[in-house]
Amino acid sequence: MNKSEEIFKKYNHPCADDLIPILQDIQKENGFLSEVSVKEVSKFLKLPSSRIYGVATFYNQFRFTPVGKYHISVCRGTACHVLGSATVLQEIEHTLKIKAGNTSRDGLFSIEVVACIGACGLAPVISINGEFYAQVTSESIKTIIDEYRTKES
Amino acid sequence: MIKLEINNKQIEVEEGKLLLDVCREEGINIPTMCYIKEIMPTGACRLCVVEDLNTGKLITSCSNMATQGMKVSTHSKRVAESRKVIVELLLSNHPDDCLYCVRNTNCELQDLSYNVGIRERRIRGEKNKHKIDTSGVSLVRDPAKCILCGRCVDACGRVMGVHAIDFVNRGNKSEIGVAFNKGLNTSSCVNCGQCIIVCPVGALYEKDHSAQIIEALDSPKKHVVVQYAPSITVTLAEEIGLPAGTDVNGILNAALRKIGFDAVFDSSFSADLTIMEEATELIHRISNGGKLPMITSCCPAWVKYAEEFAPDMIDNLSSCKSPQQMMGSMINNYYAEMKNINPADIYSVAIMPCTAKKFEAQREEMTSQGITDVDAVLTTREFSLFLNKFGIDIKSLDPEDADSPLGKRSTAGKIFGASGGVMEAAVRTAHKMITGKPIKERKIDAIRGFDDIKTTQLQVGDLNIGIAVVNGLGNVDTLLNEIRNGRDDIQFIEVMACPGGCINGGGQPIALNTDNIKKRMASLYTIDDTEEIRTSYENPDIINIYNNYLEKPGGKKSHHLLHTHYMERDVMK
Repeated sequence: MNKSEEIFKKYNHPCADDLIPILQDIQKENGFLSEVSVKEVSKFLKLPSSRIYGVATFYNQFRFTPVGKYHISVCRGTACHVLGSATVLQEIEHTLKIKAGNTSRDGLFSIEVVACIGACGLAPVISINGEFYAQVTSESIKTIIDEYRTKES
Repeated sequence: MIKLEINNKQIEVEEGKLLLDVCREEGINIPTMCYIKEIMPTGACRLCVVEDLNTGKLITSCSNMATQGMKVSTHSKRVAESRKVIVELLLSNHPDDCLYCVRNTNCELQDLSYNVGIRERRIRGEKNKHKIDTSGVSLVRDPAKCILCGRCVDACGRVMGVHAIDFVNRGNKSEIGVAFNKGLNTSSCVNCGQCIIVCPVGALYEKDHSAQIIEALDSPKKHVVVQYAPSITVTLAEEIGLPAGTDVNGILNAALRKIGFDAVFDSSFSADLTIMEEATELIHRISNGGKLPMITSCCPAWVKYAEEFAPDMIDNLSSCKSPQQMMGSMINNYYAEMKNINPADIYSVAIMPCTAKKFEAQREEMTSQGITDVDAVLTTREFSLFLNKFGIDIKSLDPEDADSPLGKRSTAGKIFGASGGVMEAAVRTAHKMITGKPIKERKIDAIRGFDDIKTTQLQVGDLNIGIAVVNGLGNVDTLLNEIRNGRDDIQFIEVMACPGGCINGGGQPIALNTDNIKKRMASLYTIDDTEEIRTSYENPDIINIYNNYLEKPGGKKSHHLLHTHYMERDVMK
C-alpha cells in the first residue's frame, strides 16, 4: 500500500470538505504535493486536479516541489520587516540563486517565506531545519549558508 | 405575480425571476462580464450592480431575485460611477494591445469601456505578465488579457464536465490555469473551444492555420482542396453581416473558388458516407452480438473525452472516422487517383465549426500512407477573416455548386450540424438497409432540439432499436453511468460535445445569444424540409463512390480508409 492510500484510509466518507486535511496529511508525509499525489487525491475525492491545484495554490502552506535537505524559513513578520528582513530574503535568494518557494537544483536548499515565527526579539530571524539564527544580516547569512555548504562538500 | 419598481416604473412580474432578466425584459441594458445564462451566477465581475433604494445598497442583479416591493435604480449616478470604476480597474492591468488582438472590434471589454465612457487612463496598475500558452493543438491561452471573469472555468467544468482549467494562485497573482500550471496539452482539455465562445476578451483563441494555407495556395506545386462542414453554410452569415441562420451554401462555393482553391467539396457528402458506414456497422453489431450500445465518433471532443474519462467505453465507439477525416481520406485516395494527382502534392483544408477538428486532423490515427488526411483546419471565425484577407465581398457573388465527385449531398448529411442530426440521418439509412424500404416518418421529433439527453424507441422492421442523443458533453456521464449499471434498452447513442451540436461549436461566430443558435438549427431543418434527396443512400455521389471505388459499405477498402480505432489517454484530469 502506498502512502496516499494509507492516508485515505482515515477518511471513511470522503467528500470535497476533506480536501484540505488530506492535502495537509500528504504534505506532512511527503514534504510537498506531487503531481502523482494530486492525481490520487483527484481520484479519491472525485474532484478535478485543476480544482485541487487551484485550492492548494490559494494557500501559502502547500508546496509543489520537494523541500531541500536544508529548509530555510525566512520570517517576514512585522518586527523582522522593520529590521530589514526584505534585504535578508533578497540576499538568500541571490546567494542560492533560487526564489522563495523553490528548491535548489542540487536539492540542498529550499526557501520558504513565513509570517511571524514568534521570535520578534531576535529579529530579523530565520530558521534552518528548525534551528534559529537571530539578528541575521546580509553578511552573516552568507557565512551561515557557507557553513552548510562546507558540511556537505 | 409580484410588484416592484424599476427606475421609477411600477412593474408586475412572475415570482422567481432574476433581477437581471427582469430588467432586460424591460428593455434596460445592464452590462455583465461573468454571467452566462442558465448557469448558476457567480457574481464575480460586479458590473451588473443596481442600487436597491430600500436598503441603499448596491446589489448584483445577476445573483439576486426580483422580490415584492423592491425598488431599484439601474443607472443612477452612483451605479454608473461604480461600474465605471470596475471597468477602469479591469483596464488597469490589461495589456492594451487592442490593435494586435484577435478580438479587436469583437471584444466585450472594448465595448464596455466605450459604453461607460472611459476616455482616459485614471488608474495605472502593474501590467499582467504571463506567458502565452501555445502548447495546445487547437487552443491558445493568453492569461495576460484575462479579466478573471471565470466564464471559461464554468464552460469547461459545469457545461462540458471536463474541468481542465480553474483559478490558480491568489490575490493579484490569480490566473486561470491547468493543474500544476503547465501547458494545456498536459491537461484533460478536449479542445471543444466552448471557452473561446464565452471569453469576453482575447484571452482564449484558436490556433491559426491561415498562414500555412496561404503558403499552399501560393505554391504552384500544391493542389489545394477545401471542404466545409454542414453547419458552416448556416453560421457564416452572422460573421458577414447577414441575419442569423441564412444559408449561404452557393455563394460560399463561389467564394472558395475565388480565393483560389482548386476543388471545393462539401463535408455533408462525407457525412453521408459516414452514415453509410456507421449504419452498416450498427447493423453488423446488432446482428453479430457486437459491443452495444454503439456510440458515434464524429465529434472529436467527445472522442478525446472518452479516451480520458471513459476508457471502458472505447470499444463502444463507432470505428468510423469523422466526416472531416473521411473526406480527407477520399480526397487523397479516390479523388487523387481519379485526377491522377500524387496525394503528397495535395494540400487539404477543412473549414469547420470546431476547434477540436484541428486536434483531430493531426491525430496519428488520421493518416494514410504517411500522409495526413487533412492538413489544415479553419474555424468559421477564421474563415470569415480569410475572406477579408482575400478581399472577397461574399454577398456580391452568384451561387455555385460544389465540385464533383465529392460535392453532392443529401439533407441527411446536412442535418449533422444539429444535435440529433447524425442519429436521424443514420436511422433513415439503417431503416432502408434493414427493411429494404425507406423510412415512413423521416422526422424524429423526440431527438431534435436542445434537451440534455433525448431518447426514444424505434420499430425498424422486426427490430426494436433504442436510440439516445446526448446534447452537451456535461451530460454524457449520466447516460454512461446508467449503461454501466445495466441499462440495456439503448443500442445507439449520438454524442455531441457542444450544446446544440456543431451549429454552436467552439469555432462558430461568437454569439452569447441562444436565439441565434436556434435560428441556425432551424435553418438546417428547413433545408431538410425543402430539398428532394433526404437520405444518404440516395445521394448520387455516394452511389457512385461505392460503385466506382469503395465497393460496399463496411467492405475491405472502407475498413482500410474510413475506419480507425482509439486508445486510452493518460492526462492530468
